[in-house]
Amino acid sequence: MAVVSSSKGSTVMNNVEAVRATLYEAMKNDDRTVILGEDVGARGNVFLITKDFIGEFGPERVVDTPIAEASIVGIAVGMAMEGLRPIAEIQFADFIYPSFNQIVGEAAKVRYRSNGEYTCPLVIRTPYGGGVRGALSHSVSIEALFYHVPGLKIVAPSFPADVKGLLNAAIDDPDPVLFLEHKKTYRLIKGEVPDGHYTIPLGRANVLKEGTRLTVVSYGLYVHWALEAAQQLEQDGVSVEVIDLRSIRPMDKTTILRSVEKTRRLLIVHEDNKFGGIGAEISAMVAEEALFHLDAPIRRHCAPDVPAMGYALPLEEEYMSSPVEMAEAMRELVQF
Amino acid sequence: MATTITMPQLGETVTEGTVAQWLKRVGDSVDKYEDFVEVSTDKVNAGVPSPVTGTIREFLVREGETVATGTPIAIIDEAGAAQAPLPKAPAPPAAAPAAPAPVAAPLAARPPSTNGSTASEAPSADAERVLQSASPAVRRLAREHQIDIRTLNGSGANGRVTADDVLAAAQPGAAARPAASAAPPVASGTSTYAQPIPGTTVTLTQARRIIAERMVESRHNAPHAWSMVEIDVTDVWAWRAHEKARFERETGHKLTLLPFFIRAVVEAIAVFPLMNARFVPASNAGQASIYVNPDVNIGIAIGLPTNLVVPVVKRADQLSIKGLAVAAGELIDKARKGKLGVDDLAGGTFTVNNNGANGSWASAPIINGGQAGIVTMETVVRKLVVRPDDSIAIRSMMNACLSLDHRVVDGYVASGFLADLKRRLEAMGPQGEL
Repeated sequence: MAVVSSSKGSTVMNNVEAVRATLYEAMKNDDRTVILGEDVGARGNVFLITKDFIGEFGPERVVDTPIAEASIVGIAVGMAMEGLRPIAEIQFADFIYPSFNQIVGEAAKVRYRSNGEYTCPLVIRTPYGGGVRGALSHSVSIEALFYHVPGLKIVAPSFPADVKGLLNAAIDDPDPVLFLEHKKTYRLIKGEVPDGHYTIPLGRANVLKEGTRLTVVSYGLYVHWALEAAQQLEQDGVSVEVIDLRSIRPMDKTTILRSVEKTRRLLIVHEDNKFGGIGAEISAMVAEEALFHLDAPIRRHCAPDVPAMGYALPLEEEYMSSPVEMAEAMRELVQF
Repeated sequence: MATTITMPQLGETVTEGTVAQWLKRVGDSVDKYEDFVEVSTDKVNAGVPSPVTGTIREFLVREGETVATGTPIAIIDEAGAAQAPLPKAPAPPAAAPAAPAPVAAPLAARPPSTNGSTASEAPSADAERVLQSASPAVRRLAREHQIDIRTLNGSGANGRVTADDVLAAAQPGAAARPAASAAPPVASGTSTYAQPIPGTTVTLTQARRIIAERMVESRHNAPHAWSMVEIDVTDVWAWRAHEKARFERETGHKLTLLPFFIRAVVEAIAVFPLMNARFVPASNAGQASIYVNPDVNIGIAIGLPTNLVVPVVKRADQLSIKGLAVAAGELIDKARKGKLGVDDLAGGTFTVNNNGANGSWASAPIINGGQAGIVTMETVVRKLVVRPDDSIAIRSMMNACLSLDHRVVDGYVASGFLADLKRRLEAMGPQGEL
């Protein structure tokens, strides 16, 4: 799975520790690396990801910014074009909208506009996702707003080892990468993380569990729930293949198609709204390229089309899926 | 209450049907949805399910007779209802001949459902539904394997025919419908495949019909080429003899040469993956191509008295010789007991035929459709052999014959494969690990 360049064993971490460890290594190994964002300096980030970084690397490389997301990304675009390796943080994905123009209108187009003379090696990290009683302004999934944009890569890892490998790959990448970290997995998900520097190629999905009757594609928090649901079905003798997309764009078509050609059934599970979501693109791609392998309609198990996740627990639960609901959706499709 | 069953319309343009075989006898009980008669038309052969649970009172048509759709063919007394006399048919029209005629003839003139007895629901609606609910995968597979999906019992929701149903039916020897695999009651004196009577016609069972279709299809579609190598199996034979008693004691399965041979085959396939491919003809889905299968699933051809089945050892390349012996042993046991399931028969990518048991020295097998080749193990013969150092020795020799789909591989690959197979088998000996 991972390309380990200097293996010295591994360490158990949760996702937030994996982000912190990877950022620390990046700061340590390359002094072109700059972290900028709200509260990343003195406060050490709201999840303490960059705690004490400012003391070690100084305020010129760990930059506390005003509450001005357009400026954070705009400044970072300039830094990247001029040779630095900025890692910009949007404190919560819900706050990314003011920087939309800088990401979509500027960062994603630098290489194309300059005919390759400039690139924009920029990483924009942001915590996203719900299920944490974050209400309207701390729960959003933003991937679908950006995945339409050529020139922008989007990554959404689910496991600590993937967080590290993909964040390293994002930092190394010569073009802008939007790096999405699911808040609920931050401390919930622990796992072995190989020591040393390694990268996981962007655009490569991971088959977490092999199966024969149904392919389930997901990413983020829902990968863990989908896996749990698939294991429930396994106990009933129904073999389900679970694919962790890891990279939303570029998308690993090959892995998805190979799986669907085997199982002939596809369920896409994501936390974001259904209409125009990532599932729509996967669904269209499979319909275009594997129609004659499909033995059942492609199904999407996604959030309802409501503007936001409510604060009230019943509203949040209504918005979010669960392993039980996922298992039900899987069973229904297998029985088609 | 008595229910009159009429000849179903099996397809929209079909106007008549032939009673191929009664699957029940008069007086037998029949469950609702249980096939009780096999009907053939120029398009399909299909079992007809009973619309009610009850007892067969009367057959109105003889086997082999062809009648118009809608003609009453049987009467079933519904379970739980007191047997009521069947209301008399209206008098035949005056113009109708009163002369003795085949039993169905006067009944054919009877208008159905004039008498309160429920006519069987026309299965044509079912057949149409089967077609309408066919997924793209089912349509493609049915086209590739030339299977009429209306003849299949669907295992999906609401009886939908699934892709797996089509693949199962595509296996040579697969009984497409469970009803057909159960031995149908046969009147004494009837000529059957197991007991053929000279000068009579044997009605094909579903399994034999499918075998016939698949053989023609494969022979017709795949240009067969043939090659043979002679393999010195003295050492592997000795190894088998050495392990045999212990293996059989430990596992309860016989240790034959087959697992050793399969092991050599899968190792040779690893070197020549095209032998594990299939030819995909041009279709609406795209240009002709060769699909190289990801898994190595070895079909084992097993001849039964009335049937040929090819159960599949899945991912045979992942198994040791011991694992192969157990897996093959289980499949052979199941085959002999008629217990093979759909899963056992599906997914083969290459076939091995142990043909030598009765002394065959060479054979030219037909490829199992959708595969690139089939290799046989012929009988082991003790022979005088001139060895590379010009000494003469008595060695156990066996021919392996390969039929190949020449669209997928040429002689270059095929002979390389056979040479590799020979080398591997000859390298096996008592020093190895089972």
